[in-house]
Amino acid sequence: MFGLKSIRGGVHPETKKDLTSERSILTALPLPKKLYLPLSQHAGVESRPQVQVGDKVLKGQLVARSGGSLSANLHAPTSGIIAAIEPIVAPHPSGLPAVAMVIESDGEDRWKDLPTLNDPLDLSPDELADRVEEAGIVGMGGAIFPAAVKLRQGRRFEIKTLIINGSECEPYLTCDDRLMQEQAAAIVDGARMIRHIIEAYEVVIAIEDNKPDATAALKQAAAPYGMINVINVPTHYPMGSAKQLIQAVTGKEVPAGGRSNDIGVLVHNVGTVYAIHQALRLGRPLISRIVTVTGACVKTPHNVEALLGTPVRDLIQACGGLTAHPARLLMGGPMMGQIIPSIDSPVIKGTTGVLALNQREVNEHLPAPCIRCGRCVDACPMGLVPLEMAKHSGADDFDQAQDFGLRDCILCGSCAYVCPSHIPLVQYFEYAKGELRERRNNESKQEYTKRLMDQRNERVEREKAAKAAAKKAKKRASRKTKSPAESES
Amino acid sequence: MNANADLPSPAPAGGGHRAAPYAHDRSSVERIMLQVCLALTPATLYGLYLFGLPAILTFLCIVLAAIATEALCLWLQGQSLWRLKDASALLTGWLLAMSMPPWCPWWLSASGAFFAIAIGKHLYGGIGQNVFNPAMLARVALLISFPVQMTTWVQVMPLGSDIAPGLSQSLAIFFGEQGIPDGFTGATLLGASKAAANGGASMAELASRDYSLGQSFVGNTLGSLGETSALLILLGGLWLLRARVISWHIPVSMLLSTLLLAAIFHSIDDSLYLDPWSHLTSGGIMLGAFFIATDYVTSPSTNTGKLIFGAGCGLVLFLIRTWGGFPEAVGFAVLFMNALTPLIDRSVKPRAYGRDRRGNAIKNISARKVQ
Repeated sequence: MFGLKSIRGGVHPETKKDLTSERSILTALPLPKKLYLPLSQHAGVESRPQVQVGDKVLKGQLVARSGGSLSANLHAPTSGIIAAIEPIVAPHPSGLPAVAMVIESDGEDRWKDLPTLNDPLDLSPDELADRVEEAGIVGMGGAIFPAAVKLRQGRRFEIKTLIINGSECEPYLTCDDRLMQEQAAAIVDGARMIRHIIEAYEVVIAIEDNKPDATAALKQAAAPYGMINVINVPTHYPMGSAKQLIQAVTGKEVPAGGRSNDIGVLVHNVGTVYAIHQALRLGRPLISRIVTVTGACVKTPHNVEALLGTPVRDLIQACGGLTAHPARLLMGGPMMGQIIPSIDSPVIKGTTGVLALNQREVNEHLPAPCIRCGRCVDACPMGLVPLEMAKHSGADDFDQAQDFGLRDCILCGSCAYVCPSHIPLVQYFEYAKGELRERRNNESKQEYTKRLMDQRNERVEREKAAKAAAKKAKKRASRKTKSPAESES
Repeated sequence: MNANADLPSPAPAGGGHRAAPYAHDRSSVERIMLQVCLALTPATLYGLYLFGLPAILTFLCIVLAAIATEALCLWLQGQSLWRLKDASALLTGWLLAMSMPPWCPWWLSASGAFFAIAIGKHLYGGIGQNVFNPAMLARVALLISFPVQMTTWVQVMPLGSDIAPGLSQSLAIFFGEQGIPDGFTGATLLGASKAAANGGASMAELASRDYSLGQSFVGNTLGSLGETSALLILLGGLWLLRARVISWHIPVSMLLSTLLLAAIFHSIDDSLYLDPWSHLTSGGIMLGAFFIATDYVTSPSTNTGKLIFGAGCGLVLFLIRTWGGFPEAVGFAVLFMNALTPLIDRSVKPRAYGRDRRGNAIKNISARKVQ
């Protein structure tokens, strides 16, 4: 039924998943004294606080509401007091401050009253989408795109295939793997709900073939439901990227500049599906997630279930602490993750992993000049020419860089992974994309100013004309009164 | 150390912030260059054995001069001499040595190496910046400047055989105090075929008389220092393919296009045109196809581009060998196609995901519901 198509390019990094894949998820971590909830942990604008400093909140209570169409709600991960709403060092490589809500836990971890729910499958799709939005769920694979927005977009299309992304192609990370092993039934249940919402014809749960246990667990859980197929895809980075997974599963490509909806496909990560199950079946908002804490510098690597806002330090401590000073401390996987500026950075909705890597694992070197070996061209899963893109980006010639594919770049890092000259290609592309964004913004700003100007000129002209007309009319009127005979002639 | 220890932003090895990925396949420029050198080793050792002590002196002189020139250029540019360890100068020198006549006086060797590194590479901006293959640029410059010395082919005189020159005689040849005795030299098959074509002698006659295809393939024949054994170069090239240092596109398209052209013309008139297998086993074509034309810097970076590049090399090679003024043409062919590389790279791009060959977004197979 599924003639798996191969994806172009890609790489096969050491998976290093065996560090954590055999160990069950650590739950019930000691409650952190303070939780830090950045107001921006999703695509789109900041959430707007709904509580004030000093307020008492219960676990699961809404504390900040979505600030716009692409924003998301935030809920208190535990019961306690709002200690502050202030800038903290954001879990972002820039280390710039970002406003966060600081919750001092009272140690009781008391839930708000959870509603008793009917079977979600009896409710209307629109109502379910509203509940997903209410629960503050975003893409848990790291994309942090609000799930409800994606569901509503999907409803406007005829979705043939709903793909549940359990490929987890990033090295080291096993949070999805463990979740699939331990919560297979919940994931299948969540997948059925999403299918119900978007009215998809079929559901495909796609898992890389290096996760046999997860595959078996999901196959068993999905067996009673005919329309859910659990399949293996090759272990091949970046299989977990939506575009590549769609290509592997359906053989179709998402048109450049388009969305998967266009070709009748919708992709959701297994973590998101689990969160949707929690929200629709149990009424629980998104307040925790599974995080893989691993790397050579972590004493006993593990997956942990962490409340959002838990400082990374607490997670590492739960895993026995550090054995050495890490060369790199990351959030996310090594291929697309980000450096975190401080060990006190909090877990956010998109935190798939916390990695403390040593120098050997990172294998970082000073960049040497490009020798045009073309390995990046072979490795690019999008069919781009990274060496030319980097050359032109470095020279600030962004039009040329676009010509060689900058627009289509998914920043997967395959090119930099294979570069024998250790050129930080992704950094060039991030820079160029940032500059282009800036340029577009400026252009639209200029356009806006120009439009205002035009409008003003138009208005002035109009007023002038009106004035002149009025004057003329007045003149005529006065003439009329003076010599009516003249005007009649 | 435990998690309570203060960990400010972790110390980066490469200096400062750097975007992902924080993983690497452990490849390096140095490793690639040394792999190519390793692949050259069998053919090189065989060549040194065939042509004896003077050839060893030639080889050492070129390689050492190349490294010394590289060091000088780096120093003049105020760059770290550590960059010598990328082994690129070693490889350039090595390739040049492979394509030189086996018994070169020191000044010819040294000026060739200097030209390759200083003019062919650093004048363009150093590693990765040159338009032309440095080794071929030097070889062609020497061929034009010193046509006699560059086409003096000594007979095979294996190390340890009675006819092999001794140390003192080798040193005398190396330092140019003694020319190469006339009796020691001969003509290559390509040179002879050129002469034959001009003088009207039949190709078939020529091939049957002095040159055996088998000998030419194994390499027990006279020619450039490292180019004689098509077999050993082929083996080295195949290993490079296996090690994924090079891809098949350039060698296959270059050899195939020469083979096809030679076959066509040979079948039209076998008294005028050399047979295809002699083309394939003679001169620098094997070395050119696997080691010279595949130079990353001066060849296209996409697979389609590489196919065009290789086919072009084969075509120009055949044209010059058959109708040009020089018997051997790998250098000219490669340089000519090097000049076209930027154009090929500009016009041949892979098809991007979600786009057609022209770069337009593929047609939406719209699944939008009709409301």
